[in-house]
Amino acid sequence: MSVLSSPASLQISLQDDCTTCHIQGAFSLHQLSTIESQLRALLSSSNTHSITVSLTELTAFDTAAALLLIQIQEGFESRDIVCQIDIEQEQYSGLFAQVLQSRSKETLRPTAQKKSFLECIGRNVASKADQINSFFAFSGELSFALLSYIQNVKNIRFKEILFEMNESAIKALGIIALTTFLIGIVIAYQSSVQLKVYGANIFIVDMLGISILRELAPLITAIVVAGRSGSAYAAQIGVMKLTEELDAMRTMGFDPYRFLVLPRIIALMIMMPILIFFADIMGVLGGIVVASIELDITPSMFIERFSSAVDIKHFYIGLFKGPFFAFLIGAIGIYRGLMVKNDTQSIGINTTKSVVEAIFAVIMCDALFSIIFTNLGY
Amino acid sequence: MKPIINVKDLYTSFEENQVHQGLNLHINKGEIYGLLGPSGCGKSTLMREMVMLEQYDSGSIDILEYNLARINAKEALALRKEWGVLFQSGALYSSLNVFQNISVVLEEYTNLSPMLIAEIVAYKINIVGLKQEDALLYPSQLSGGMKKKAALARALVMDPKLLFLDEPTSGLDPISARDFDQLILSLRDMLGLSIVMVSHDLRSIYDTLDRMAIIDNKKIVAQGSLSQVKESSSPFIETFFKGENE
Repeated sequence: MSVLSSPASLQISLQDDCTTCHIQGAFSLHQLSTIESQLRALLSSSNTHSITVSLTELTAFDTAAALLLIQIQEGFESRDIVCQIDIEQEQYSGLFAQVLQSRSKETLRPTAQKKSFLECIGRNVASKADQINSFFAFSGELSFALLSYIQNVKNIRFKEILFEMNESAIKALGIIALTTFLIGIVIAYQSSVQLKVYGANIFIVDMLGISILRELAPLITAIVVAGRSGSAYAAQIGVMKLTEELDAMRTMGFDPYRFLVLPRIIALMIMMPILIFFADIMGVLGGIVVASIELDITPSMFIERFSSAVDIKHFYIGLFKGPFFAFLIGAIGIYRGLMVKNDTQSIGINTTKSVVEAIFAVIMCDALFSIIFTNLGY
Repeated sequence: MKPIINVKDLYTSFEENQVHQGLNLHINKGEIYGLLGPSGCGKSTLMREMVMLEQYDSGSIDILEYNLARINAKEALALRKEWGVLFQSGALYSSLNVFQNISVVLEEYTNLSPMLIAEIVAYKINIVGLKQEDALLYPSQLSGGMKKKAALARALVMDPKLLFLDEPTSGLDPISARDFDQLILSLRDMLGLSIVMVSHDLRSIYDTLDRMAIIDNKKIVAQGSLSQVKESSSPFIETFFKGENE
């Protein structure tokens, strides 16, 4: 292409008290930067009374080049140096005149405003306070929606709930099974090494039973679900907010809490104990495999010991945590989705936050339960 | 004179659905060329094929002497720097403000000083009819018309030779739409642009287009200036221009 060939060249000649710049060739945006730096260097070093920029035999000229000339001319004039611009070709001088005429009088350059350290702290605290406020507002609306939801059976959206059960729980069975099975193997394998030393092989059953049923299965399930469904909720609802689908629903009288939020949370709360039960089975299965290979405990011995050594309360406590974890994961995921602002970046930020905050909340809640149950003597 | 865009015997299909059956058209330098036709006739698809967003089955498209079927990555980048594209919804980058949306190409492809970049951006903002203080707004804070104008400023920032406009006046109020037409005409005269646009807006078709192609039923049913097109008979042309003839 002609524009890409023969870049513009600049020649400077000094005569008496007058500098002349000759520019020729393709003087347009793509080849502008070298000429710009040369002209700016000339602008800062020149100390003659007048300067002539003459453009001859141009093969290309565009508005960017014209604007550069205008800036340079103004620069000279602000230093009381007369600057004259001669453009030989008529079509280009016409363009130059038009650019000069329709040029913006002011240029607004967004400058990054410097914030002081104190201001940063203040802004951060204020925004965190805002977030806490909005989370309370969200919880309030959620509770209100829940109350009006359960007042009438007709309100409950069974179809959506079943759909969400399939999406966020049934389809997660595979990954939960694999994860907890592997966790069972890892725990059993690591403890078998220690137990062998003391000849306490059979206690693997007690150890595994309690740790998996009571703590590990619920936690691992919650973490997988948070990563899988919590993030999906945040992204889904975030995009719906961005595309004004939520607003459209509101104008039709479809309360998003009733149609989108509650079905998801209820589905998760129903399915979480079932997922944990499933995780229990897979985790213990992993333990059985390792016990029979490493410690010569046959599966039947394992099961026999299991029923006598592991109290049923551990199983119930594990399941009991499920709905609470599910509520936290669902509520945080959806809350983050609703927090999405008007740009695409905030979807990414809020999805990330939904997972991080959900996992954190689940672990906090688990710690709380741990203290409560221990103090109650369970 | 060699045409700036040359489409020859173009066939396109999406799975089972045939979209183009042997389209032929050429667009000359400095021309404002319209692609018209009923909804779903494949005019937007044709434009998307021209800007290398969509693949065609057979035939050829030549743009500025590049053959799109045989173009390599380096040529494709060079070609992409030669044109500006205005999408129907603006497609501004939502995490950047108007100034950044316009300047991003300059920052990426040139080594110009921040001063000159600011000058160029201010100039483009001025010629599309936005106010300088709008430069600091984000796309979500703009009205539909302002979005279109900002997107046009972005399309113009590299001083392209070729401008693709997808329904530039749709979603604008009548006054803004007429201003937009005037803007396009003056840009063509000022910068010597060649413009390809998809449009449904009768007024802007009458006011701006030099030549046009009517695509209906997978083929080009008429091509040429407005009077030439009106003479040819097709159900679409008859209904489309009827309001104006009465």
